Amino acid sequence: MIVWMIIGMAVVTAVPRFLPAFIVDLISFPRWIDRWLNAIPYAALGALIFPGILSVKPEAPQVGITAALVAGALAWLNLNIIVVVLGAIASVFLMTF
Amino acid sequence: MNSQAVEMPSYTRLDMVRKGVIAGFPIMLGYIPVALTYGVLAGQSGMTNAELTLMSVLVFAGAAQFLAVSMVAAGTGAVEIIIATFVLNFRHFVMSLSFMNRIRSITLRAKVPLSLGLTDETFTMSSLHKREANEEFGAWFYASLMLTAYLSWVGGSFLGGVLGDVIPPRLRESMGVALYAMFIGLLIPSVKKHFRIAFIALFAMIINYLFQLWGMSQGWAIVLGTLIGGLSGIWILEDDI
Repeated sequence: MIVWMIIGMAVVTAVPRFLPAFIVDLISFPRWIDRWLNAIPYAALGALIFPGILSVKPEAPQVGITAALVAGALAWLNLNIIVVVLGAIASVFLMTF
Repeated sequence: MNSQAVEMPSYTRLDMVRKGVIAGFPIMLGYIPVALTYGVLAGQSGMTNAELTLMSVLVFAGAAQFLAVSMVAAGTGAVEIIIATFVLNFRHFVMSLSFMNRIRSITLRAKVPLSLGLTDETFTMSSLHKREANEEFGAWFYASLMLTAYLSWVGGSFLGGVLGDVIPPRLRESMGVALYAMFIGLLIPSVKKHFRIAFIALFAMIINYLFQLWGMSQGWAIVLGTLIGGLSGIWILEDDI
């Protein structure tokens, strides 16, 4: 029973993932759609960061905001992304005594 | 002087695999604690270790798997869980369209398996490694990036189910920020290069936030935030960004 549910979940997840591989093989887009699609990663980053970051510690949203500022500052200094991630983890660790 | 010395550096297949694994490393750091938690919760909801690992193998979508586990625990029917999964994962259609359009030069035979490895994290990380799309062994770079993420997700889920949560609670909670920090770490360098990109991300944030505030499900709010936020790129981006 659970296995069929898992297979159903796999199908509805896989189809939207692979259809675009065939779509771009069949159609080439006008330049404005290319620009739209090129902007999608930046828009996705925005939508994935906020408001999700507030729920790092749901009862204390300032923890997430502070960690975001730490990550932003480290990234602004051109530090490697691993340092950015570890710095944000350390800041949350220190804030949650 | 040897004429080869002035040619473009070309990377071997192994170089590209190595670069892909390195690029996948931050995702691994973020996935492992989340996957362990998933394994523990799924075990508590009554799923066997085989079932919860199979779900990670076949679905490979964190948020949807957590949702499914909480719905299983609440006794929700399979059809409802599948519909909820579709809604929550539909954003991968938008992301895949963007990524597939970027890697047009890679063969369809490689594009299809790569598309199945797309998550929020592998998509954003891969998309911001634009140069590899036009390199000879580019598909190997993206494949190893995605496999690094995939194996840590599947392995973490299994370990969570078998061992329980081995990370101390306070450290695990702190590691919950890892993926957000990674998204910030991906966005900032692009914003530094072209400040206008900040507006695209800000539009998407505001739209996502407002739609969730007005009661829309998180799945649709992220899809619409990404699509409408990205729409602003038509005017903001130039053809070569």
